[in-house]
Amino acid sequence: MTQTPHKHTRTSVMPWNNPTVRAVTFQVLLVLGVLGCLYIAGSNLIQNLQSQKITTGFGFLESKAGFGITQSLITYNEDSTYARAAFVGLLNTCLVGGVGVVLATIIGFIIGIARLSKNLLLATLSSGYVELIRNTPLLLQLIFWYMAVLQPLPGPRQSLDLGAGVLLNNRGLFMPRPEFLAGSQWIGIALGLTIFASIILAQWARARELKTGQSFPVWRISFTLMCGLLMLAYFATSMPIVFETPKLQGFNIRGGVTIIPEFVALVLGLVLYTAAFIAEVVRSGIVSVSKGQTEAAAALGLQRGQILRYVVVPQAMRVIIPPLTNQYLNLIKNSTLAVAIGYPDFFQVFTGTVLNQTGQALEIVAVTMVVYLLVSLGTSSLMNWYNARIALVER
Amino acid sequence: MAIAYVNTQLLPQQPPPRAAFGMVAWIRSTFFSSIANALLTLVCVWVLYRVIPPMVQFFITDAAWYGTTREDCIAAPHGACYPYLKARFWQFVYGFYPETERWRVNVTFFVAVALLAGLLIPKVPHKQWNALAFFIGLPLMGYILLSGWELIGLPIVGTHQWGGVLVTLVVASVGIVVSLPLGVVLALGRQSHMPIVRAFSIIFIEFWRGVPLITVLFMAKTMIPLFLPDALSPDQLLRAMVGVAFFTAAYLAEVVRGGLQAMPKGQFEGAKALGLNYPQMMGSVILPQALKTVIPGIVNSFIALFKDTSLLLIIGVFDFLLQVSVSLRDPNWASPTTMYTGFSFAALFYFLCCYGMSRYSKYMEYRLGAGQNR
Repeated sequence: MTQTPHKHTRTSVMPWNNPTVRAVTFQVLLVLGVLGCLYIAGSNLIQNLQSQKITTGFGFLESKAGFGITQSLITYNEDSTYARAAFVGLLNTCLVGGVGVVLATIIGFIIGIARLSKNLLLATLSSGYVELIRNTPLLLQLIFWYMAVLQPLPGPRQSLDLGAGVLLNNRGLFMPRPEFLAGSQWIGIALGLTIFASIILAQWARARELKTGQSFPVWRISFTLMCGLLMLAYFATSMPIVFETPKLQGFNIRGGVTIIPEFVALVLGLVLYTAAFIAEVVRSGIVSVSKGQTEAAAALGLQRGQILRYVVVPQAMRVIIPPLTNQYLNLIKNSTLAVAIGYPDFFQVFTGTVLNQTGQALEIVAVTMVVYLLVSLGTSSLMNWYNARIALVER
Repeated sequence: MAIAYVNTQLLPQQPPPRAAFGMVAWIRSTFFSSIANALLTLVCVWVLYRVIPPMVQFFITDAAWYGTTREDCIAAPHGACYPYLKARFWQFVYGFYPETERWRVNVTFFVAVALLAGLLIPKVPHKQWNALAFFIGLPLMGYILLSGWELIGLPIVGTHQWGGVLVTLVVASVGIVVSLPLGVVLALGRQSHMPIVRAFSIIFIEFWRGVPLITVLFMAKTMIPLFLPDALSPDQLLRAMVGVAFFTAAYLAEVVRGGLQAMPKGQFEGAKALGLNYPQMMGSVILPQALKTVIPGIVNSFIALFKDTSLLLIIGVFDFLLQVSVSLRDPNWASPTTMYTGFSFAALFYFLCCYGMSRYSKYMEYRLGAGQNR
């Protein structure tokens, strides 16, 4: 008996019951709808631009800015172009982001670990901090630090002396500036040499540990080596680094490095705020390592420090890194709140002042969004690379 | 004669050594188990000593409790200035909403609270009708009541007269009501098999997640009017609300996606095997389970949204925070502590709202996890 090949029969399916037809129709309609919206928006835009006599284009970037910026890392004056002003702002944003990320990570890790402390007082205190900070808006905190803490500080004549030549008053934070005299290059060379030696030492120690199982105190030895060699170079070249301390002269402080109060308020607010979130991330990461891991490590005879370093932290880091990345991105995005207290970051300079002066809303808001998108993408790809490096390698 | 050296009677039980049990031992093991721990305890006590007594002095013992003018506050230079709060309280709540029309705000508020309580308390029945009223009825009623409708005798109150807690709550609740459905749709779109739908969803989500909210608000303020015809120019509050809602929707979409991805494949296959189509499968099988597992994440997004409403002050919308900070510049209330009082009050308001939400999310987490926790 031969079986005729089953003919590909098509029972009468209505087109709206055919999933492929439905999907294609739906997507075509979606594309048409989006294109239609874009067309309407575009024609409105052209009409509005014509009626309001706005000329579009990026030509304005080359014109003279004509306003001053209170903090700039590169040379800038009122004759510089708008493009340069924007670049100054971008560098300021990067400065706040970099300083903020480092400090927030340190404080966040400390508080996150403190929340898990067996010391009830310490744990309660840190969780109180986390709850208080996390449940109030960052903007309120920033305005509070700026208006209620930094501005009412005494003037330069009654500056608060924070020790080590650091002065704080309502004009900002004044710190000693190191001056490198002749001979200080030897200290730099010594620093380079010790770093190089430490890397070699670390590689050798790792190879030896893999081969023989014996560990080697790399950190302690490198640290001692570095301190010793730097001291030696410092004294052998008759102390070429001197610190110029800020001093009161007349009505203001002269000398040293000046950090404007807006920067202090912004970094303080951002760091304390983000640290509370990082503390939660760290706490949940450590809690996620099961107790059996700690007990097994203890049963193997590892000491408390070793358990933390070799067993708990590496596993906790895998849980911590992705949300930590989000917190870094949040910090960078939140740094735009600088506009509320007048710190000249990219947003305040470009989207605030330049937009007010030129009225080129379209270009400026678009460029701002692109810049923050790029910064966000850059940070997240850096963290993804790090995450991929430490992620669990499964077979 | 044998000497009986075996005790035939049971000795009375001795109390445990004092060093191992009881209050003293607990204090010792918790606070002074080692030198480092003892030092930490001392540091904590020092911090508490530096924080608590000054706060008590500022807010209670040294505060100006009674009075009606700034002189009463200047008389108490080291304490909170409560007369200022008393004088400004209703402005903080309603902004510049006309006094005779404030009942409209109150009615809207109480209806919203009643509906929300019905939604949030698990024991209250008729959740579906309740949700329908909350997500569709309430916005309609709120719109008519708050901005007015001449036809039924309610005078128009323009949004420039709104302010304070009213604006904060309106923006936050419109944000929640709009962003939740939009976020769910975006999450479904991102999981969809249709390539164009997926691409659009991904672009939308990543765009809003990549830019700071403040640029979104600036876009709403300066760019959106250029894209709309002159005849159709929505007022600033509405534009800001749309921006906030889109922004939150993108974050919610990622939260919901987490819940969708956590669904076991069998749920999808089971629903399909029963012959359910896509809307039925998602609506009655997948989403109820997926949304349930991500309630804490959704609430966290709402907390963030609530805090972010304070950013409206940067584009000049009179939200609660702007209302407070503007009142601080009033020379009629200039006193050494007005600013600290105002900021503390603002912080307390935000803290109570956000902490309440986070407690609720903890409670739901506990309730939903009850089946899993043995």
